Amino acid sequence: MGKKMQIALTVNGEAHELLAEPRELLIYVLRERLNLTGPHAGCETSHCGACTVEMNGKSVKSCTVFAAQANGATITTIEGLGSPDSLSVLQQSFREHHGLQCGYCTPGMITRAHRLLQENPDPTEEEVRFGISGNLCRCTGYQNIVKAILAAAATINGAKEAAE
Amino acid sequence: MSNVLWQHRLGGEQMIAAAFEYHRPAHLKGALGVLAEYGDDARVLAGGHSLIPMMKLRMASVGHLIDLQDIAELKGIRVAGGRVTIGAMTTQHEMIASTELSSAAPVIAEAAVQIADPQVRYMGTLGGNVANGDPGNDMPGLMQCLDATFTLAGPDGTREVAARDFYHSAYVTARGDDEILTRISFAAPKGGYAYEKQKRKIGDYATAACAVQVTMAGGKVTSASIAMTNLSDTPIFSAAAGAALVGTSGDAAAVKAAVTAAVAAINPTGDNRGPAEFKRHVAGIIIGRAIMRALSRA
Ligand SMILES: Cc1cc2nc3c(=O)[nH]c(=O)nc-3n(C[C@H](O)[C@H](O)[C@H](O)COP(=O)(O)OP(=O)(O)OC[C@H]3O[C@@H](n4cnc5c(N)ncnc54)[C@H](O)[C@@H]3O)c2cc1C
Ligand code: FES
Ligand code: FES
Repeated sequence: MGKKMQIALTVNGEAHELLAEPRELLIYVLRERLNLTGPHAGCETSHCGACTVEMNGKSVKSCTVFAAQANGATITTIEGLGSPDSLSVLQQSFREHHGLQCGYCTPGMITRAHRLLQENPDPTEEEVRFGISGNLCRCTGYQNIVKAILAAAATINGAKEAAE
Repeated sequence: MSNVLWQHRLGGEQMIAAAFEYHRPAHLKGALGVLAEYGDDARVLAGGHSLIPMMKLRMASVGHLIDLQDIAELKGIRVAGGRVTIGAMTTQHEMIASTELSSAAPVIAEAAVQIADPQVRYMGTLGGNVANGDPGNDMPGLMQCLDATFTLAGPDGTREVAARDFYHSAYVTARGDDEILTRISFAAPKGGYAYEKQKRKIGDYATAACAVQVTMAGGKVTSASIAMTNLSDTPIFSAAAGAALVGTSGDAAAVKAAVTAAVAAINPTGDNRGPAEFKRHVAGIIIGRAIMRALSRA
């Protein structure tokens, strides 16, 4: 066992302090210590994107971040984007457009799509496909995921225009 | 590896790196101090997207990990007096997003968007990409094409090494164990450019890739620089390929001569991307396309 260190994290708006070995992976800090089981460990080898969370405004694969690196970071997981009683626009859109089948990739996919729409609020289909290319889905063939993200963008932009 | 993953699922064991001590200095001086103290038992961590996978597979073991994320002096892009300087800790994402960089050296973004996927590009740095020494990394070949200079800081001060002299063999570079790469700089390139890459899918390393910069005046090629990625155990800069274009109109015969010279300089090995002969074939096509695209933009 290596030496443990104090790690401070703000996750979904809540401050946490915990003791962890520096080598622990962020995905397990989130899942096993903070009980945030939305981010999934799909491959553990930096390829599938199921573990995607937002860290300091970046989409990151939390299986490829040491706990120590995340010390001081602000993190958002799927749990921070919406809840079963109050789905986010993206979550609602995935549901309406059948953007998921088994659902394993979905938390990573939606967390990534959330950041993509922050940076590019009105993406083309090609930009959506390129923007989610770090997230693998074994079920849907991506078609409905892309549809759901484009529809969510349109909804968000429509609401913004209506408010202006 | 699949065995390790399976045990993790059964027993709750994680696929995780050997224990290390973690350092996060705020200044370059502090980082150099830790490096000097622990010697080859210490290693710097940039974005971690080459090093962490190696540590998880226990192909790299590090006693002291020095995270560079807080060192402000290693970050940022500067374009001044016709020279581009990029801090080692600048991420691929930041390079793609920089309008200043895209107007001074558009070939950087053209190559960077072909690296890995969005998540990896938010974390992966230019410094990590060029210091790593993996022949699959895309930036070293591009930096040789641009004739970039790497600045290394060590216990006795700083020194500069040309990208074209930096790579000795896979993972063996001119950087000493006690040195940190601080920045990469090059003259803002002129003329046409291209970075062409053949890969099996998004997120894959190149089967073959090629960087080209060319200038033309009065219908003739006046300069040409050509370098290749993942076609030998180091990136390959081919002066002969560039020379085959200079003075010509960039016609089909000249392009063919340049491709022939470039392919003569590579030494690919067979792996899961195909046998060596296949790679030579792909290289010829990719180099040709890169040259043609660069000429069309010159
Ligand atoms: C799924 C996936 C796909 C990828 N595909 C590609 C691809 O197509 N093309 C490509 O080029 N790369 C690819 N990469 C690698 C990625 O670009 C890495 O981020 C990059 O190679 C290393 O940068 P880093 O900042 O992550 O470095 P790290 O992983 O932190 O470091 C890499 C090495 O460089 C050393 N180092 C880092 N910074 C310095 C410094 N300033 N001074 C001295 N030594 C230093 C470290 O000690 C380490 O040995 C891929 C990675 C993944 C996970
Ligand atoms: S679990 Fe992190 S990328 Fe697959
Ligand atoms: S819905 Fe099953 S992996 Fe995407």
